[in-house]
Amino acid sequence: MTIWDWEYAFSILPALIEGLGLTLVATVLGSIIAMLLGLVFAVLLRGPRPVAMIVRGIVEFVRSTPLLVQIFFLYFGLPAFGIVLSGLTVGVIALGVHYACYTSEVYRAGIDAVPRGQWEAATALSLPRSRVWTGVVLPQAVPRVIPALGNYVISMFKEVPLLVAIGVLDVVGRAEEVGNTYFRYVEPYTLAGLFFLLLSYPASLLVRRLERRVGTI
Amino acid sequence: MIVFDRVEKRFGDNVVLSDLSFTVAPGEHVTLIGPSGSGKTTILRLLMCLESVTGGTIKVGGKYLSHMEKGGKLVPADEKYSREVRKRIGMVFQQFNLFPNMTVRGNLIEAPTRVLGLSKEEANARAEELLDLVGLKDKIDEHPTRLSGGQQQRVAIARALAMQPDVLLLDEVTSALDPELVAGVLALLRDIGENTDITILCVTHEMGFARDFSHRVMMFDSGQVIEDAPPEKLFTDPDHPRTQEFLKAVLAAG
Repeated sequence: MTIWDWEYAFSILPALIEGLGLTLVATVLGSIIAMLLGLVFAVLLRGPRPVAMIVRGIVEFVRSTPLLVQIFFLYFGLPAFGIVLSGLTVGVIALGVHYACYTSEVYRAGIDAVPRGQWEAATALSLPRSRVWTGVVLPQAVPRVIPALGNYVISMFKEVPLLVAIGVLDVVGRAEEVGNTYFRYVEPYTLAGLFFLLLSYPASLLVRRLERRVGTI
Repeated sequence: MIVFDRVEKRFGDNVVLSDLSFTVAPGEHVTLIGPSGSGKTTILRLLMCLESVTGGTIKVGGKYLSHMEKGGKLVPADEKYSREVRKRIGMVFQQFNLFPNMTVRGNLIEAPTRVLGLSKEEANARAEELLDLVGLKDKIDEHPTRLSGGQQQRVAIARALAMQPDVLLLDEVTSALDPELVAGVLALLRDIGENTDITILCVTHEMGFARDFSHRVMMFDSGQVIEDAPPEKLFTDPDHPRTQEFLKAVLAAG
């Protein structure tokens, strides 16, 4: 019995690619939540004190607990409250909220980097608070943090396999499945790892190029 | 137009202004001079609502600035009230503070359309007229970062004027400029001073400008007005020894 069987490797490719599709779907949807919710958190952190404290509490809580526990809680815990969600839905929410707590810090750094004078000029022109955010502060803060946000998307992509624990058949889930079927694990896990490498590495090169263009903060 | 009544401003234990009372008449040009840390800039920042008083009251055009009347009592102003009063006050900053994410045009039409409710056409017409006044009509679609400091400051002045303020606050507007660009900005301000009836409060180290621009000069020291006189008097024959000392030092340096 050889360690690497090419024929077997090719035969399982379609299943793995199907799983990879699901991994990408979870990453894209999770990222959308993480980008938007993180921005909302960052803005609220600059809001009235009670609001900021609640948001700070949520962020610290989520950041201090493992993503896997959050996934299990949503999947196995919520049904006790009458909320039953599919594995993929749980995965997207968990990844999105978890990473929102990190991206909120990224946005916060971007917002802090906008000079005080910009806020003061906006105040001097009597711009409404909402317009100060959408017209002055965020257009300056967000472009600078796009590379950092990109890094979190890459991290999230690599954490999607945690969803195997609740039965989501992403690329690693598929690898496990075919492995269990044929009792050959080297090929499926190697290929799954290779897929991550082939996507993450170019993505991180892209982020590095973006960093050089916008400058880091 | 502006009434300071026993104003106090402290940051923690640090008292910047105490028991400060003065008035400025409509259309008057008042220059505040004095050593750094004497509270001049704080006065402008209080007027622009960038800081709030810790004691006393400020009225602009008959309306309280940092307070509002509610049920016959004075309470701290809320955001909406404060924005309403503040609309009539404009400010030009030392560091220009133009919005780099907008073009010159965007900077000029932003507040008139969003705050005064002007249509795009009206705001554009006003922007073009003001850029003509400051001599930068051809830069209307440039980004501020592509302009020189002097040009940026002239755009900032136009931006403040676009709100048609009753009161204009000038906070060391030439201090960040290269020496050769100062004269152009000061000439523009003289022009505005002569051709409008805007009340102007100005903090500056340009004593020559202070002298021929202002109707009145107030000398500050440690949060107090120690001398308040027309420029002819204050610059040639100051009463207070601190004023004499300060002017001697500033004129020797300049």
